Amino acid sequence: MYVAVKGGERAIENAHRLLAHERRGDRDVPEVSIAQISEQLSLGVDRVMAEGSLYDRELAALAIKQSRGDLIEAIFLVRAFRATLPRFGATEPVDTGEMQVRRRISSTFKDIPGGQILGPTFDYTHRLLDPQLAEGFAPEGPMVGDASGAATPRVTDILGRDGLIEPSPQGRADAIVGDLTREPLDFPAERDLRLQNLARADEGFLLALGYSTQRGYGRNHPFAGEIRFGEVEVEFMAEDAGFAVPLGSITLTECQMVNQFKGSATEAPCFTRGYGLAFGQSERKTMSMALVDRSLRARELGEELIAPAQDEEFVMSHSDNVQATGFVEHLKLPHYVDFQSELGLLRKLRKEFADATAAAPMREAAE
Amino acid sequence: MTATESSKQARRKAAMAVLAHSASAEISARLEAAALPAHQTLREPENGLVMVRGRIGGDGAAFNLGEATVSRAAVRLSTGEVGFGYVLGRDKQKAAMMALCDAMVQSEELAGLAEEQVIAPLRAALSTKRERKATEAAATRVDFYTLVRGES
Repeated sequence: MYVAVKGGERAIENAHRLLAHERRGDRDVPEVSIAQISEQLSLGVDRVMAEGSLYDRELAALAIKQSRGDLIEAIFLVRAFRATLPRFGATEPVDTGEMQVRRRISSTFKDIPGGQILGPTFDYTHRLLDPQLAEGFAPEGPMVGDASGAATPRVTDILGRDGLIEPSPQGRADAIVGDLTREPLDFPAERDLRLQNLARADEGFLLALGYSTQRGYGRNHPFAGEIRFGEVEVEFMAEDAGFAVPLGSITLTECQMVNQFKGSATEAPCFTRGYGLAFGQSERKTMSMALVDRSLRARELGEELIAPAQDEEFVMSHSDNVQATGFVEHLKLPHYVDFQSELGLLRKLRKEFADATAAAPMREAAE
Repeated sequence: MTATESSKQARRKAAMAVLAHSASAEISARLEAAALPAHQTLREPENGLVMVRGRIGGDGAAFNLGEATVSRAAVRLSTGEVGFGYVLGRDKQKAAMMALCDAMVQSEELAGLAEEQVIAPLRAALSTKRERKATEAAATRVDFYTLVRGES
């Protein structure tokens, strides 16, 4: 007999209506605005932009509101939105050396040109909950200092001048830049694709992998050569205008990890490096990314492959939280037919087992 | 490219950079005060994406970092100059105003007006804002000093 399974529509409709109601929460409490989320939960917005792989503060803030603060759901929403717009092309590569720096620190050199600029950081806070914030709090305006003549060159460029650190790999000008949103992943993957994957990877996943390398699973002896965040100008080669037009600025965080040195019979030893770059103020993310970028270079640097963080297929195939949540969460969708077939098979096996064990004592008795 | 062309292009780029960093409402207020020249739409303002690229290690080969939303538009003045507006975000109105400004910057009669009435005041406001941000960051610069222990 054929039994149609229907009847979910009304339940689904009502569930969504209930969701909207619950999302609004207590209606005596003022509704949160997109601007409030963008301005006051800005690091959450940054994370959604980085992992949603779409730079648009308003959209990310809207996604956070819609997802009730579930950032992975928000990232999913942003990724889905992105698929609705045409792509005009790729920008000129941004120059992080020209960043208008809002924070810039090095843990390898105390005195760097431009200085150590702490910026708005949680570092050195006591991590004590602040009751003032619970009751409406107007902070004092920031202090101002002398910003004249403070160029902030990249620390790795300074090391590079003496050849103490390996140079960044240069690509040919006409080389095609790998794009995992256009081509399915293929292994082994080049570093451009790996970095694209890591830039949109789940922060928690990268953090755990980076941590694992520090604890000895593929150790690579890192120093935070430099971490900087601030505004970087973006230019786009507009075919119709005939030149690279400025599009405005985006906020980026960059981490240059300086790692254990390497040399050979033909090359003098020098430090190796790992790189992290992400949208927004995303320090933990870029530090983790730089650690994992370095560990994924194990093959290229002739290191023994022993740890998960060195396995690019493992890392890149499991780093995307939208893919991961899709596959994990699909388990809650109806699997009635699959399960019924398993259940039928199990019942049959159990019956065979019961028949066999019932027959066995009789055989023994007969012997 | 001749020297005149390249200096004209540099001027257009500089104007675009100022406009791209300015708020839509401010551009609109300035433009209205300056009186709009007659023009027609060449490309209806539209939203799309660009893939933002970074460089491996900051200065190496390019890689794709992630996308950003962009609006673009194109207009033509009745005198023939074609202007383009490209800007991060999804503000089509802003892209259209930028296209108009770009066309004005190329026009011999209107370039001075655009510079005086629109670009220059916005540039001044932008540089004040940048300066403020820079000084705020500078206040958090660490001044190391050395403690001398014991007898010297």
